[in-house]
Amino acid sequence: MSLPNPAELLPQMAAALTRHLNQRQISEPRFIGIRTGGVWVAQALLGALGRDDALGILDVSFYRDDFTQNGLHPQVQPSELPFEIEGQHLVLIDDVLMSGRTIRAALNELFDYGRPASVTLVSLLDLNARELPIRPDVVGATLSLEGDQRVKLSGPTPLTLELQTLAH
Amino acid sequence: MRIRILGARVIDPSSGFDQLADLYIESGKIIAIGQAPAGFVAEQSIDAQGLVAAPGLVDLNVALREPGYSRKGSIATETLAAAAGGVTSLCCPPFTKPVLDTPAVAELILDRAREAGHTKVFPIGALSKGLEGEQLAELVALRDAGCVAFGNGLDSFRNNRTLRRALEYAATFDLTVIFHSQDHDLAEGGLAHEGATASFLGLPGIPESAETVALARDLLLVEQTGVRAHFSQLTSARGAQLIADAQARGLPVTADVALYQLILTDEALNDFSSLYHVQPPLRTAADRDGLRAAVTSGVISAIASHHQPHERDAKLAPFGATEPGISSVQLLLPLAMSLVQDGLLDLPTLLARLSSGPAQALRLPAGKLSVGAPADLLLFDPQASTLAGETWYSKGANCPFIGHCLPSAVRFTLVDGHVSYQA
Amino acid sequence: MTTIAAKRPLQLNDQGQLRHFLSLDGLPRELLTEILDTADSFLEVGARAVKKVPLLRGKTVCNVFFENSTRTRTTFELAAQRLSADVITLNVSTSSTSKGETLFDTLRNLEAMAADIFVVRHADSGAAHFIAEHVCPNLAIINGGDGRHAHPTQGMLDMLTIRRHKGSFENLSVAIVGDILHSRVARSNMLALKTLGCPDIRVIAPKTLLPVGIEQYGVTVYSDMAAGLKDVDVVIMLRLQRERMTGGLLPSEGEFYRLFGLTEERLKLAKPDALVMHPGPINRGVEIESAVADGPQSVILNQVTYGIAVRMAVLSMAMSGQTAQRQLNLDAEEQN
Repeated sequence: MSLPNPAELLPQMAAALTRHLNQRQISEPRFIGIRTGGVWVAQALLGALGRDDALGILDVSFYRDDFTQNGLHPQVQPSELPFEIEGQHLVLIDDVLMSGRTIRAALNELFDYGRPASVTLVSLLDLNARELPIRPDVVGATLSLEGDQRVKLSGPTPLTLELQTLAH
Repeated sequence: MRIRILGARVIDPSSGFDQLADLYIESGKIIAIGQAPAGFVAEQSIDAQGLVAAPGLVDLNVALREPGYSRKGSIATETLAAAAGGVTSLCCPPFTKPVLDTPAVAELILDRAREAGHTKVFPIGALSKGLEGEQLAELVALRDAGCVAFGNGLDSFRNNRTLRRALEYAATFDLTVIFHSQDHDLAEGGLAHEGATASFLGLPGIPESAETVALARDLLLVEQTGVRAHFSQLTSARGAQLIADAQARGLPVTADVALYQLILTDEALNDFSSLYHVQPPLRTAADRDGLRAAVTSGVISAIASHHQPHERDAKLAPFGATEPGISSVQLLLPLAMSLVQDGLLDLPTLLARLSSGPAQALRLPAGKLSVGAPADLLLFDPQASTLAGETWYSKGANCPFIGHCLPSAVRFTLVDGHVSYQA
Repeated sequence: MTTIAAKRPLQLNDQGQLRHFLSLDGLPRELLTEILDTADSFLEVGARAVKKVPLLRGKTVCNVFFENSTRTRTTFELAAQRLSADVITLNVSTSSTSKGETLFDTLRNLEAMAADIFVVRHADSGAAHFIAEHVCPNLAIINGGDGRHAHPTQGMLDMLTIRRHKGSFENLSVAIVGDILHSRVARSNMLALKTLGCPDIRVIAPKTLLPVGIEQYGVTVYSDMAAGLKDVDVVIMLRLQRERMTGGLLPSEGEFYRLFGLTEERLKLAKPDALVMHPGPINRGVEIESAVADGPQSVILNQVTYGIAVRMAVLSMAMSGQTAQRQLNLDAEEQN
């Protein structure tokens, strides 16, 4: 199967996001990228939107639900949110939406910082493999993979997608 | 019972005899070596081809734990373990409950030992009442009840004057005093040799000077009082040197060392294993080398197991809360043979340190393999090996050598011509 | 005599991850750095309004303190709570062990009550090792201080303090002053500094307060504050206990303070931006002058904050390592 080129997806994502925010009359969105791929996508998206907003960086390692199976992620780094969460309209950006658990962890973490007014979810890819009822508001492309396949994003520039097969 | 033992390499260290020869035993004594006596008809024949026949080993310190410490051991179990280690005569220390400071306790021990019949037992009596280091025990009564020597263990007399008097009293009756030289105050609170390992592990240390300061004092008092003295359980090279100097001056003192002290060093403590918690402590490699040299030269003429069995709970706690001691008499021969394997000693010398040396130190009727001597014998296979712990007779499993493959294997142990152990 | 094969290091699982935290001895530099990095993340958590993360939710952390301690106990409790764990604290001097129950039985009973992690403080050196090896090998054991041997979380929080205020260990000069002989904090600090690459580690103490063989730690020994403090970047003062006087190790607190106390005058010998550290509780006027303890170079209170973050890091890493080991064991069983 051929993977899309992220650079080609970004302009339509930017347009869709702008429409979405206008519909809801959100004039001061706060952008947050989920480390690491989501941050790259967020930076590229801000570029496509022509904005230079401060970007929040969210590390969800402490909120993942698989600690008892997989333990602590070795590359934990602090989250960096340069703005208040309380009462804000957040735009949460990730690279690949698969089971939905990363987004759930991100939401749990954000709510520990404060109570946002709303959260808009943007994802570069949706793999149609949800295990939780979490849906992106803006998506670049939808793909279906074989059971043993995964997609990996490389970045920050150029952003490229790569197909991987899991070892047995 | 008439027994003949055929084809063994017979080694008698005190006479220097070392040859292939047959042995003939009757009524518990060796009646001939080499040629069968005229008209001898054996009732039992032991094929000893490939085996070494040596005097039964004489172990100067085996804690039997009876009376009083039945969880740790009993006369029956510990003497059997000793027999399995090649021992035919052993000395048990006075740390029983009640303390071996009355004839009744000595008699009890000797009765039980006779009942069990595994080894001969020669009790060491307490030098002071209750081992408290203040009042003299009734040494002559104890001697008459069977005690062959007297000691106070590591808890030395706090008062030098009292010690001197005790030694003079013992000297009056030509009694042997056994010293475990350690200065109480220098050693106080210590768990391990005061050196790099103990410092790293945060264990309070017992400095070498705890042994040497006490040794120096003890040797001078021995010289002054003329008492027969045996210095037991040396741990330092410096200590061995003090003994050597005293012997060179003409002082007729003897000394022994624990077998494990010739093999282990304080580095064994590195993972806090309580199996290596012993008192007096394991010291450095340099000390071990010094002790080995003293054993080779004969300054130290006896090697003993210093067997101290413990119940499991005594060792199952943080290091400082465990009781010291290693249970190892069952391994006396094979573990000692590792010294021959490592080239430290030749076989006859090793056997001397394990039999005639200890017997002479305490003037025991043992350690000789000659015509007319009691048939106390050890037959072992120097080519075989022993998997330590495969069988285990002591109540105490507190032995760091369990699981090791050791050279040689005991095949028969005979006491007064009876087989007390057979592999 | 055949030798027994070398054992896997007790503190690490088959993948080299932390599963017990007993001492800094034998832990590689990368692992110590990982602890510091993880602790940095938890510091950020501590600065938020909601200071909790759900990492250890549903897990039970049992603080078993055989030796009294308010500071270490409280920070471990806070650390466990901030990881959303359930916390039990057992002060054993008042409980069953004084009635004759062995350490072994006390801990086995707690394990049966489904504790997941033990934090243990005990007066005997090697107690934490004993527990990890012989009592509860499948639970994460964290050493809260054992006798004179080790206080690894204190060592790491001291390292975090130094790293946060000085950047790296490469060109640092660190002096540790006081009763080294009896100090588990000193031993852990010396090991940590060496592993992390500090090139100049000094100890300043009279001979009676130095352990035999201190050279094995790779430190330089001074018995004079003027020489020992010259141009150092960090001064770590150790607590002097009253008993040292009665044991004949020192004549008096006064003489100790005159010779080894950290006064403002003496601090001037160090670099102008030198850090002043102390594991606490401090003895004012015995090892340190009040003005120094409360002064601008003192980071003594910061150490406490860093202590919570380091303990959070160690609790999560050890829990994670034990869980991973259990998984590895299950996988190995399945293959057989």
